[in-house]
Amino acid sequence: MAVVFEPTKGLTDKPFHYCPGCCHGIIHRLVAETLVDNDALETAVGVASVGCTYNSYEYIACDMVQAAHGRAPAVATGIKRNLKDSFVFTYQGDGDLASIGTAEIVHAAARSENITVIFVNNAVYGMTSGQMAPTTLVGQVTTTSPWGRDPSYQGYPINVSEFLSNLAGAAYVERVCVTDYKNIQNAKKAIQKAFNVQKNKLGFSLVEVLSTCPTNWGKEPLAAMDWLKENMEKQYPLGCYKGADITFDADGKYVSGAIPATANNCVNVGEVKK
Amino acid sequence: MAQKRVLMKGNEVIAEAAIRAGCRNYFGYPITPQTEVMHYMAKKMVQVGGNFVQAESEVAAINMVYGAAAAGFRVMTSSSSPGISLKQEGISYIAGAELPAVVVNIVRAGPGLGGIQPAQGDYFQATKGGGHGDYRNIVIAPASVQELYELVVEAFNLADKYRMTCMIVGDGTLGQMMEPVAFRDEEPVETIAKPWAACGRKGDSFHHTVTSIYIDPDVLEKKNLELQDKYKIVEANEVRYEAINMEDAEIVITAFSTCSRISRNVIRQAAELGIKVGMIRPITLWPFPYKAISEAADMPSVKAFLDVELNAGQMIEDVRLGVNGKKPVYFHGRLGGNLPMQKEILDKIVAIHEGKITEGGNF
Repeated sequence: MAVVFEPTKGLTDKPFHYCPGCCHGIIHRLVAETLVDNDALETAVGVASVGCTYNSYEYIACDMVQAAHGRAPAVATGIKRNLKDSFVFTYQGDGDLASIGTAEIVHAAARSENITVIFVNNAVYGMTSGQMAPTTLVGQVTTTSPWGRDPSYQGYPINVSEFLSNLAGAAYVERVCVTDYKNIQNAKKAIQKAFNVQKNKLGFSLVEVLSTCPTNWGKEPLAAMDWLKENMEKQYPLGCYKGADITFDADGKYVSGAIPATANNCVNVGEVKK
Repeated sequence: MAQKRVLMKGNEVIAEAAIRAGCRNYFGYPITPQTEVMHYMAKKMVQVGGNFVQAESEVAAINMVYGAAAAGFRVMTSSSSPGISLKQEGISYIAGAELPAVVVNIVRAGPGLGGIQPAQGDYFQATKGGGHGDYRNIVIAPASVQELYELVVEAFNLADKYRMTCMIVGDGTLGQMMEPVAFRDEEPVETIAKPWAACGRKGDSFHHTVTSIYIDPDVLEKKNLELQDKYKIVEANEVRYEAINMEDAEIVITAFSTCSRISRNVIRQAAELGIKVGMIRPITLWPFPYKAISEAADMPSVKAFLDVELNAGQMIEDVRLGVNGKKPVYFHGRLGGNLPMQKEILDKIVAIHEGKITEGGNF
């Protein structure tokens, strides 16, 4: 019998702890498939962050380092600077990246660290039970904005892709979602492009993935997908914010497009004695 | 051992020693009075093909340290008191994940922004935790530029051996002073295998994970007990101290780093007055030389201890634990970035000798 679908070798056998309808499962798989597709599972190093994805270090099958809240881009800097030929990525949520970790993400992008950030934005703190995030929409009810986010009281959401794309050091920034087959394919392409950007040492890359949080949004999984499409995409339009013109050939080699004049900032410091 | 002596500043020697120890990663953030470490690294680290990153904050710098250490590479950061406070989060994670790292604290006077003059007010922070959770750092307090060089090299070996933070504690005096240093032709660098390092699976059947999170209380308790077992081994093997003039001492000074240098001269001055003064100088502040202090307290010739520090009395708590009530422990401290004059200490010695002061200190 022909095998038509099987688990990716990029994920371990450990069962996910994620809630039904949460997008992390899909996004993990896309990252894992990209590692396998590019034959990078043996060399890549990922950095897990704090939040629902704290445990992603147990799910993704390449070497993984678990980082403190918001610090993943700094940790990835410390890794990548020593392993210039290895794919190094962070996997961060919106509380982690856009609140407590703003300094780390801004400066990693400004230095054009040759790393890839998978930024999962679900407009809420998931793990700590649904508090307002920096990405929470105006009017959105959370456990810490019980009457809905009021800009006169709680300010406005942060559009991470838009503001990071303004930094000269950012090579590639794209926002995607995984609500349906077409969008999942687009997200996969974006992650592959980020991989190519890093492989060609073009500099900092970030893929923002809009995600659901059915548990904390108080919605059924499918209703949560609809809510994302109807509400989040208005505040966070999908699309490429930086590096849209960067192209690669069939082998993933850089062909053309505007890039930062950086990303030669890593060295190979020699082999670690194992 | 090459005997060519070079006149160098303490802070620069820290950087040079790290590079000689095979450290190829330095991540830091500017702060007085340690910035020369960073200046030296900015040039030299790049010249030797290593990594120098001026981080956006102390927090980011220690997390870059965490990353490089997790990938298996020798790494150092340096700072001064307020910056070390910011690094405590990362130092706790480094302890939890059992990573080797060297952290240098050229202490300045606090609390808060305090001042930029030398102090020893971070003794508690360095030796009793600093960050959250049950963990220890090996804490080393050199007293000269030569010793700074030798102990920074040693710190990298200890960090790798025990997979923990080795903290060098100096102060503004030590960091800023220039002294001759004799560099060795070859450093005693121990290359220790790091099978745990997350630098790519490279054929291993499993993925390497570096983490400090253990949600299951039983698993976390076991992890903590393993850490405690490791710390017991460090306590058994790595205590370092210098005993000076202790043979028939009547009064024993306890002092580390800069205070030990000032006190060393007082020993000679006291001898001229006919008072036999010795000194126990802890080189490792953790593990602390309790046994040496305890044995000194048992000596019939010893009448009293005088603890001298650049703080309001921090190491004195460990001295008292060692003495365990067997002899009186007096204190002399200066605060705010001031150093004690030799005469202040000598006057205290004379007063103790003549029984003219009560136990305790000058505050």
